[in-house]
Amino acid sequence: MSERHAVQMRGITKRYPRALANDRVDLDVEVGEVHAIVGENGAGKSTIMKVLYGLTPPDEGSISLWGKELSGHRPADAIREGVGMVHQHFMLVDTLTVAENVVLGAEPCSHGCLLDVAAARERVRQLSSEYGLSLDPDDLIENLSVGLEQRVEIVKVLYRGAKILILDEPTGVLTPQEVRELFVILRALREAGRTIIFITHKLEEVLELADRITVMRDGRVAGVVSAAATTKEELARMMVGRDVLLRVTREEARPGEPVLQVAGLSAIGRKGSHVLEGIDLEVRSGEILGVAGVQGNGQTELVEVITGLRRASAGSVTVCGRETTNRSPRQMRDLGVAHIPEDRQARGLVLGFTVAENLILGRHHRKPFSSRGLLSLDDIRTHAERLIEEHDLRPRDPDGDAGHLSGGNQQKLIVAREFDGGPALLVASQPTRGVDIGAIEFVHTSLLRMRDQGAAILLISAELTEIMTLSDSIAVMYGGKIVAQFEGGAVGEEELGVAMTGGAGASAGGSAVRSDGRPPRHEMGAR
Amino acid sequence: MSRFARLSQLLSPLVAVAASFLVGGLVVVAIGENPFHIYAILFRGAFGSVDAIGLVLFNAVPLIFTGLAVAFAFRAGLFNIGGEGQLYIGAFVCTLAGLAFGGLPALVLIPLLILASAAGGALWAAVPGFLKARFGVHEVINTIMMNFIAVGLTSYFVINMLREPGQMTPQTSEIAFAGHLPRLADSLSLIGIPLPQANPLNFSLVLALGAVLLAWYILYRTTLGYEIRAVGMNAKAAEYAGINVRRTLVMAMVLSGAFAGLVATNEIMGFRHRFLDNFSSGLGFMGIAVALLGKNTPLGVLLAALLFAVLNTGALEIDIFTDVPRELILVLQAVTIILVVVGNEVFARRVAAREGRAAGVPLPVTEASGETK
Repeated sequence: MSERHAVQMRGITKRYPRALANDRVDLDVEVGEVHAIVGENGAGKSTIMKVLYGLTPPDEGSISLWGKELSGHRPADAIREGVGMVHQHFMLVDTLTVAENVVLGAEPCSHGCLLDVAAARERVRQLSSEYGLSLDPDDLIENLSVGLEQRVEIVKVLYRGAKILILDEPTGVLTPQEVRELFVILRALREAGRTIIFITHKLEEVLELADRITVMRDGRVAGVVSAAATTKEELARMMVGRDVLLRVTREEARPGEPVLQVAGLSAIGRKGSHVLEGIDLEVRSGEILGVAGVQGNGQTELVEVITGLRRASAGSVTVCGRETTNRSPRQMRDLGVAHIPEDRQARGLVLGFTVAENLILGRHHRKPFSSRGLLSLDDIRTHAERLIEEHDLRPRDPDGDAGHLSGGNQQKLIVAREFDGGPALLVASQPTRGVDIGAIEFVHTSLLRMRDQGAAILLISAELTEIMTLSDSIAVMYGGKIVAQFEGGAVGEEELGVAMTGGAGASAGGSAVRSDGRPPRHEMGAR
Repeated sequence: MSRFARLSQLLSPLVAVAASFLVGGLVVVAIGENPFHIYAILFRGAFGSVDAIGLVLFNAVPLIFTGLAVAFAFRAGLFNIGGEGQLYIGAFVCTLAGLAFGGLPALVLIPLLILASAAGGALWAAVPGFLKARFGVHEVINTIMMNFIAVGLTSYFVINMLREPGQMTPQTSEIAFAGHLPRLADSLSLIGIPLPQANPLNFSLVLALGAVLLAWYILYRTTLGYEIRAVGMNAKAAEYAGINVRRTLVMAMVLSGAFAGLVATNEIMGFRHRFLDNFSSGLGFMGIAVALLGKNTPLGVLLAALLFAVLNTGALEIDIFTDVPRELILVLQAVTIILVVVGNEVFARRVAAREGRAAGVPLPVTEASGETK
């Protein structure tokens, strides 16, 4: 590590009318280090990166790159000084090749302005071999796995001469194997003298990869630590401001009668192909069945069929001994099936409704919230006040617009609603996605408490740790099928990861990664 | 909603109205007249006498109904352009019932005709509602088509089969007297308001005010209203919540059409007492503008309908007493609507800029390279 700083941000303050997103934030990133920024949602880590990249101007404070104060606050100014951002959501054109995507927007010209494809391909090949990216410039994006797409994004910023790479939650979409490969690449970049800023909420990754860590809380810097000299527990405490239970303790399950039985379940997607094929599952009361899998392998569709949102083409769903295949969502709810949907804004909430109105969604037609077709505003309000209190929803305003809650509080709202009323079966899809560490702890303990009270829980999650911590048994989905089933505790992350990518040969590493953690995307993308 | 958002929500229509008067004034200057003079005449025409105010209210009544119709459907995410057709069918059914059940006493016939008006409009709106719910066909196209059918059909029946005997005018005979809604002049004189006997203002005004309340009540106090709003704001979440989205869409259209059909209480039961071919001349379409200006809230619709009625009523005066064409009022109304729509966008963006990001909504990526995936 050299003495020079790649990035020095001093006293950055960014105000929004309802929040102070950054409050006199200082950030020092040394040349050639991997610097992690961790913090809960709303802690201001995205804001500080947006300020650095020029997407939003700060109200106060200064930014120096390479010891020189940055004059403008536009992305172009940052890019000129060698800052590059790898976004969480990839921005690639599916029908173009790797090389074409890389040069898009900065096309090399020759002979007037003919696109110099050869030069682009050569440059991509060169960058790819330099950092071990295993990219073929002539591959079409639509044939690449998520991990490879991310590498294309990395090459894009390298191609534009980035010396400081900002990666925003880069591991969220990757399988464990892909994460490991990404880390190899990032280390290679560091060896080559590039500086890396890494935003994440996964503490293991931070400790594994980062040199130094800036922890943010409530818009301020809660501390800067060296990765070698800290622990997960300490980081969590700095992030949340109190001691956090990182791994809930789980008592032995005492399963009872089968609550959910799924037999030979199939469903057909928009293009006529099977999105689910012959699924067999059983969840007993007092038990959590975890479904692991890379996103887009039929988990969404499975949840939709079970909750009545999608029709099954074959097979059966049985809840509490009653055949419920292809019942309506309302019938399923009235049978005691609760559902935490994977996409809270698209499915789980009506943004524009108040918190109180959202807290009755799905039960709004039943007593005490409605009787004889009229809403009972008093009962709705009491209900809202009780759940807000019990689940510590903030702000504590039943009449506030749910759209103005933070992501974590929106998720808490849904969890509060779906847990309430003692469901027989809870289908929890990505219940902690985008949720703070403190709230994750809450959701996890709540799930276990519900289990111990006798609910059957079907847990779908892309977070392997979540699946492994909570599940009494684990099923792995790939390509619309269940490809493996394990007893909880009897399986390692490694083994699960292999099953998630379709079984043997998937993790041969390097160039073989194309064995694709992903089914044909157009079939699955019914979201 | 923050105070800023709420304030701009309230202010933007007012600013738009003020700005449109400014633009209208410039037009008046451009044709060589004095805008202050013209506006003075306009407001005298609308507020200069009890008679004038009565006329304003009378003109506001059908706009309240059609405005409510548009606003109500909009709450379910539907754009009901078919108010015109729905009010024709409502008026037609009302007239038929008024002709057929002449023997009934007023106490029975009046409620019956009110129901007939609403039912006619509801029926006509149910068709595009059903087509939307069942086949996903866009309601805008079908409500427009239903307008043509309604105007054409009623015209055919009135001219060829129901024309008043011995008349050239394409109109039906008068409905039974028991089905007439009384004018308000007599009742108002009891409390000392000297509304002339000839003023057409009638009890339909009371019904219109009731409809405003009813629309509000349905939307915010009933389970159905909750479901309608849920479907309108997020149909996928509504489906997830077990709401029958298709049924809710049809119900919203039916109620919307019923509001439009109630125009007949003013035009037929309260005023003409008969169906005249082509009587509406765009009341249904004006409803769209009224709902837009009223931000699709029942109270907003009431206020916007009053404003439009003021302009329409005052326009007559301008026509009579000045060289300025009354079409100026059309310009004014159109400019108001454009400014409201533009104002909505501008305010929405400013509100989003001020709070959306703070509330954790991700910024749209504004990178130099504009690829998307």
